[in-house]
Amino acid sequence: MSLISFFILAFFALLTALGVLLSRNAIYSALSLLAHFLVIALLYFSLSAQFLGIVQVIVYAGAIVVLFLFVIMLIGGTITPVIHEKRNAARIAAVALGAVFLLGLLIALVKGLPAGATPVGAPDAGSVQAVAGPLYTTYLLPFELASVLLLTGMLGGIVLALKERKGVRTKD
Amino acid sequence: MITTILISLVKSLVLILVLLGGFAYLTYYERKILGRFHVRLGPNRAGPFGLLQPIADAVKAIFKEEVVPGHIKDKLIYLLGPILTMITPLIAFAVIPMAPDLTIGGVTIHFYIADANIALLYIVGVTSFAAYGVILGGWSSNNNYGLLGALRTASQMISYELPLGILIVAIVLSTNIGRDQGSMSLVEILNRPRPWWLWLWLLLAFPAFYITMLAENNRSPFDLPETENELVAGYQTEYGGMKFAMYMMGEYLSMIASSALMVTLFFGGWHGPLATPGTWYGPLIGFGWFAIKIIIVLFLYLWVRASVPRIRYDQLLAFNWKVLFPFSLIYMAITAVMVALL
Repeated sequence: MSLISFFILAFFALLTALGVLLSRNAIYSALSLLAHFLVIALLYFSLSAQFLGIVQVIVYAGAIVVLFLFVIMLIGGTITPVIHEKRNAARIAAVALGAVFLLGLLIALVKGLPAGATPVGAPDAGSVQAVAGPLYTTYLLPFELASVLLLTGMLGGIVLALKERKGVRTKD
Repeated sequence: MITTILISLVKSLVLILVLLGGFAYLTYYERKILGRFHVRLGPNRAGPFGLLQPIADAVKAIFKEEVVPGHIKDKLIYLLGPILTMITPLIAFAVIPMAPDLTIGGVTIHFYIADANIALLYIVGVTSFAAYGVILGGWSSNNNYGLLGALRTASQMISYELPLGILIVAIVLSTNIGRDQGSMSLVEILNRPRPWWLWLWLLLAFPAFYITMLAENNRSPFDLPETENELVAGYQTEYGGMKFAMYMMGEYLSMIASSALMVTLFFGGWHGPLATPGTWYGPLIGFGWFAIKIIIVLFLYLWVRASVPRIRYDQLLAFNWKVLFPFSLIYMAITAVMVALL
């Protein structure tokens, strides 16, 4: 049962991921991305990682893709100009990073689960309580550090947005 | 396995039918109430007291010609807009408990479709999809009014989701008081006894929660996406017939869903005198209480619509960021201190 649902979901995940890459229209790319996030969330649910799945929906589908659509609509969106730039350095970097990621996945696949790891798919392994417990006790420091990182990103965005209108006086 | 799926399917079907009937009579209720506020009668021609008016409206919407204006380039997305707006509140209803359990001959029937561990987060996640319906509809209309309405919606819904989320965090935190583990499941939140001072403290958050809900549902005075005096009708300008009716359904169904959520979180859901679990009449009376409470909260929506003028767009955002957001942060902090001390 779980194997069948995995293959069905994996098929749709690949299909929607290809849709993101191959759509001519930027709107369809964004919508494929949305569908992809939903399929991934379903995949998490099928592994009984409920919290992870719903957070995936709230953060990516609920906020990030909305912002993508926002930008696409403001800059037109119906036709994406075909880019003929030759950015070889960026391409090589992308291929290299992709290869490293693939290698990491392969190594993990060959080595298998480390001893003592919780088996995936235990009924309550992904509940809010099960995720929150370790996150706020054992892994508190990395968790807080990650939040500082996110805050830095946010502040960076605000600073970049304010920099451009130095001469402009705001109302208040 | 098959029976569980079948039972869920039957329950979903009944729930959807009840909700669509509720939508139809909510429009009647709104027009009657607004009529009273305006010192006029409201609909009174179709049937006794105008009770057949929603059916007449439905027949009219169905028999209208389905026009897709010629300047719409992307018909798929144009049609996807109203569909998304309509189905999201229906999906959100799945985790709301509507009556106490009924036991017949050893079989227990629950009056909710799913008791998820993540019920509250599920509602937040699902309802955020309503924004897609509006954005896609407004953009694919290929019309400046539509696009402006869609952009307003996107920023309004996303910014009001912040205080909403923080207030929900505070409510979830408060389920921790007096026990070792909190809960996000609506069934558990509803069935855990709360001391009286906790009820009072939670009721303090109700006005803020209610205002965010008004904004999330695009209801007056926050109905800026469809401001008729500046944007014609905003994102729904290019929609007619059944497609327009679906946008209306989405709006009214999300009003019902939000009222149900507020009743469950703040007013004890189906709990009330005589709604005792384990009796044959308990579920019936419990559902009655639930419906009555929803009707009262819905009245608040209509009251506000009849009394408060629409606010300006900058006021909308300033109110969110300068009043609601700080309030909800302070509220959450105090709740956290209470949980830590008690």
